Amino acid sequence: MATLIKGRRVVSESPLSSSDKVIRLEPADDPAAVAGELGRAARVEVNFPKFGDGRGYSLARLLRTRYGYRGELRAVGHITRDLLFFMESCGFDAYELREGEDPHAALAAFEDFSESYQGSVARPVPLFRRRAA
Amino acid sequence: MYLYDEIDQRLVDERVAQFRGQTRRFLDGQLSEDEFKALRLRNGLYIQRYAPMLRIAIPYGLLSSRQLRKLASIARRYDRGYGHFSTRQNLQLNWPKLEQVPDILAELATVQMHAIQTSGNSFRNVTTDHFAGVARDEIVDSFVWCEILRQWSTFHPEFSYLPRKFKIAINGAKADRAAVGVHDIGLHAVVQDNQTGFRVLVGGGLGRTPLIGTVIREFLPWPHLLTYLEAILRVYNRYGRRDNIHKARIKILVKERGADKFREEVEAEWAHLKDGPDTLIPEEIARVAERFTRPTYEKLADEEPRAEPGFLNWYKRNVHPHKVPGYAAVTLSLKKTGVPPGDVTSDQMDAIASLAERYSFGELRVSHEQNLVLADVRQRDLAALWREARVLGLATPNIGLLTNIISCPGGDFCALANAKSIPVAQAIQERFDDLDYLHEIGELDLNISGCMNACGQHHIGHIGILGVDKNGEEWYQVEIGGNQGETIAGGAKVSLGRVIGPSFARADVPDVIERLIGVYLEQRDSEAERFVDVVHRIGIEPFKERVYGHAHQRAPRSQREPALV
Repeated sequence: MATLIKGRRVVSESPLSSSDKVIRLEPADDPAAVAGELGRAARVEVNFPKFGDGRGYSLARLLRTRYGYRGELRAVGHITRDLLFFMESCGFDAYELREGEDPHAALAAFEDFSESYQGSVARPVPLFRRRAA
Repeated sequence: MYLYDEIDQRLVDERVAQFRGQTRRFLDGQLSEDEFKALRLRNGLYIQRYAPMLRIAIPYGLLSSRQLRKLASIARRYDRGYGHFSTRQNLQLNWPKLEQVPDILAELATVQMHAIQTSGNSFRNVTTDHFAGVARDEIVDSFVWCEILRQWSTFHPEFSYLPRKFKIAINGAKADRAAVGVHDIGLHAVVQDNQTGFRVLVGGGLGRTPLIGTVIREFLPWPHLLTYLEAILRVYNRYGRRDNIHKARIKILVKERGADKFREEVEAEWAHLKDGPDTLIPEEIARVAERFTRPTYEKLADEEPRAEPGFLNWYKRNVHPHKVPGYAAVTLSLKKTGVPPGDVTSDQMDAIASLAERYSFGELRVSHEQNLVLADVRQRDLAALWREARVLGLATPNIGLLTNIISCPGGDFCALANAKSIPVAQAIQERFDDLDYLHEIGELDLNISGCMNACGQHHIGHIGILGVDKNGEEWYQVEIGGNQGETIAGGAKVSLGRVIGPSFARADVPDVIERLIGVYLEQRDSEAERFVDVVHRIGIEPFKERVYGHAHQRAPRSQREPALV
């Protein structure tokens, strides 16, 4: 069982009830295809089969900003601490870490950077607008 | 120079700490080779043929004397006392120790420098014209736009794991000196109805599949720059090929989709983003512009150059017009015969930093031709600068000439190379060391790459040389007719060279070049018609015939290759 971080805390998985629906997206999937089901999903999982496959970041961003998904958005697959900062910026709030990754040490990675230049899901107003304010 | 504010500095410091941790985890065995590879590449660290190579970012090629002194000291302390300026306007160290790289990055951060995203599948250094801000045909100061894009493309959360590397170039002048046509995205400033905007090209590039970019938007008003780029990048991030590294650049996506279909997808994506929070505001443009240090020019008149022997040759080749009367831009040549193109020692770096301080407001630029430019020199100081530069071996009067060779480090250093490039460059420089003859030949860009990745930009050399491997032997393929774009004097637009035929042994390359030059000198209609202009006018056939021979003519002695490589 992989380790789970949720809401920036190490947690153990709570069992799903039989009526709970989990939507799982692979990198090549189109979130538009599941847009109608998002309201009924217990969570959405986005798979990162490889460390360097960055499609899931765009999927997360689209789920949050274009399709209005507000429930649990979980990154699964090859997840190391080095990716957490970007993943959170793109709208993920849960992460199944890959085997061998220390989850408590990994929590520090959310603080790798104290700012982002770009607008993101976590911080919709880009730095240049906040600098100007 | 753009001067960091507290946030810019903090982000660079935080990156150093992050990479220090990642290096420690790798050395402790907590990160695999593959995982660490993806992370170290984001910090410009390659594992090369003999040692690691660290590529230090010089954003859009702009550098201060203080930064150059720091680079000199780092090269001395952590490397072998020299560095190599690359065609992407960065500096490469060829012998750092892996475990010391975090310390090097920490030292760089003290002078507002870093190695962020100088390699790996993410945004690379944004490049521009090395005469930005001083050119007479300026439309906008492209440095300001480069810095805006530097910030936007640094640690982009969504676009940090792209299918492949991503290179953006901005040209802010009328003539294109930034080769915008051979970049993943090229932006050419345009003013329309008193509004600044950009012509947007996409899908150009060199490498294995050289292509000229397609214009996907004739005019993009500046406030929409970031949202439009975001739309392009989202389409690329989602649909760019990830199954084959050689087909992963955006140019392949644009080609496979077709430019019209690609444009439609971008416009559809942009419809969601347009006028959103990432729309640029005038306050930000002003803020960035104000953070750039600016020379305080004196009121001077233009002067005639002094008729001093030697000086005039240098003046003709290495001194360039400036928008402010009484000033000139000067290229310090890093292309002296016998020195690998773009290489500079720590002692030279210190001396150049001092020249920049005394002659050019303490700033300099790295050109993609691997030379250094002092952009703001008083014309009355030119002769004194020339004398000092000559003593330092930096006054070779060959800018724009055949011996100003662009070359990648090649097989002497690079693990990817099929063949060496530096010895080829040197053999050509030695063959053409007669200055009068060089000037007689006139403007000629000769570019050499040691493999298909084309770091030496051979496709856009008037003569391009590509190292190829055949059964473990080094061979060299020759192209002609490529062009990097317009020069400060105008001229032809960007074009790609065409291969003249089967490849050659290394020893034959200077002979081949000499034959090509021979055809050119016979065929040109005047001295003003350059080598590349003649190729474009008469085609490559006459050149092929001279090199490979008619039936009765002897081909170069090792010419025994039956087919194109």
